[in-house]
Amino acid sequence: MSNYTKKEMMALAAGRLVRNGDVLFAGTGLSMLAATVAKRVHAPDATVFFETGGIDPSLEELPLAVADPRVMVGTAMNSGLIEAFSILGHRRLRSIAFLGAAQIDPYGNINSTVLGGYPKPKVRFPGSGGACDAASLAHAVIIFMQHERRRFVEQLDYLTSPGWLQGGDSRQRAGFKRGGPLAVVTNLGIMKFEEETKRMYLAEVYPGVAPEQVAENTGFEVDISRAVVAQDPGEDELYTLREKVDPQRLILG
Amino acid sequence: MGEDNTLTDKIMTAAQAVERFIPDGAQIALGGFTVTRNPMAIAREIIRAGRKDLYLVCHSHGQAMDLLIGAGCVSRLEIAYGGTGRFAPTCIRFRQAVQKGTLKIEDYSNYQMSLRFLAGAMGLPFMATKSGLETDLVRKQGFDPAERGQGKVPSKKLAIVENPFNGPGDRVILLPALTPDVALLHAQYVGEDGTVRIKGLGFADLEQARAADRVIVTCEDIVPREFIRLDPDQNSLPPFLVDAVVPLKWGAHPTACHYYYDYDPRHLKLYGDMAPSDDGFREYLEKWVLEPESHEDYLDRIGVKDLLRIKADPVLGYAKGLDRR
Repeated sequence: MSNYTKKEMMALAAGRLVRNGDVLFAGTGLSMLAATVAKRVHAPDATVFFETGGIDPSLEELPLAVADPRVMVGTAMNSGLIEAFSILGHRRLRSIAFLGAAQIDPYGNINSTVLGGYPKPKVRFPGSGGACDAASLAHAVIIFMQHERRRFVEQLDYLTSPGWLQGGDSRQRAGFKRGGPLAVVTNLGIMKFEEETKRMYLAEVYPGVAPEQVAENTGFEVDISRAVVAQDPGEDELYTLREKVDPQRLILG
Repeated sequence: MGEDNTLTDKIMTAAQAVERFIPDGAQIALGGFTVTRNPMAIAREIIRAGRKDLYLVCHSHGQAMDLLIGAGCVSRLEIAYGGTGRFAPTCIRFRQAVQKGTLKIEDYSNYQMSLRFLAGAMGLPFMATKSGLETDLVRKQGFDPAERGQGKVPSKKLAIVENPFNGPGDRVILLPALTPDVALLHAQYVGEDGTVRIKGLGFADLEQARAADRVIVTCEDIVPREFIRLDPDQNSLPPFLVDAVVPLKWGAHPTACHYYYDYDPRHLKLYGDMAPSDDGFREYLEKWVLEPESHEDYLDRIGVKDLLRIKADPVLGYAKGLDRR
């Protein structure tokens, strides 16, 4: 069996989607790991920035929140929210945002606000934060999800952040100039979106995971016929992640 | 202190600042962001003063907001995010109040809230964005429509309009400006002349301060006028925008203050353990907010060991190698 955890695989799988030179909008948790590990392993010229205004910090220690003082050190500059969101949406930049959510639908729209009704829900989550802004304005979005039926749902309880909306060209028609989700990285594999319909399908499963397992844990119809097996994490990737990025295992657990 | 010092009548205690500038029902913009530079000491003072029906307007908020909500000081909230990272992925008392329906809430995004403060600061009625089109931030309303337009509650959550410069089909969201009664912020330095300097990230503190009717600044240190004017590029707010200056060392504890101290993982964890139950939260309030006779007494209770543990490295600005598990 594997000598790595699902969380490690998720951070590395998401990190692999990063290109050298990308401008990365990182949130808390796994996204912080993915951005940091990508930068240290294969995309040294990628720039990590935070909605709070920290641009390209040295990240010698892992920030636990986007307002952590660790995002303010060794930066190109320290600014604020207005500046950071202007960068996020800048037409010249290939800005990639990492997001997480409680629910996702077949078109990559996500919910991080409530379960049940609004404004008086069954369960309250933190809310949009900058997620809706990233999903609206960034060049592309990578979403982290736990793969469970109750999270992959046909109908969201609350649409916090726009994905491909109703699929097809609905995102464009809504008034967005660009963006949309690139991939959904889960504890079972990687989901991507059909070119035309923008509906989610299974692109990769992690070693040891059957595509059927993904279908069983998805609360809507999902195409698993094209799934390939993802590459195992390399020794160097695991070493960097464990020893350099999160030695206290603050996020890796 | 020179003859031209203007700070003497602005320097006051937290109790005086709350008494003078924060009546019941005030609309307050909290400075800081989740685990950094929350105006904690003044939040604790607001609770001690028993303020009610406060109307908080926030982007991403954490500890100060949760404490104020838990203590029953807040009745209305406009917010983008309530959490303190891994210490409380969703703010604990905030979550409970929303689930119980005891708090009137309206959701926006961080950029939307920041733009609303910017609009207020610029004297504009609204600011436009494309962020949030076709989402439930646009479609769903938290506030009772009957209360719309009353006091500081905007007459509409937002409006969608066609871009007047670019034909039909290109839609934008208009967000109502925010002009809070008071902005609270914690800064590292205030000059003897009242000039404010925030080190590290400013978040939306400056937009909030410029948008507000009154500004209360708590600070780590009052520094000579000559010092603060030696490198004015680093300064954040001019003296005339500041109404009250409250010197409060460690005034953002248990949240971080860049170059002074880190967030306090042990205290935030303690809060996370106590806050979920009503009894636990009450006990927390008694011990850390109501019983301390002064800010110094609060710090005494935290203890020298824990304060030294989070003291910032003077070069990095945070506590290097701090055990944050």
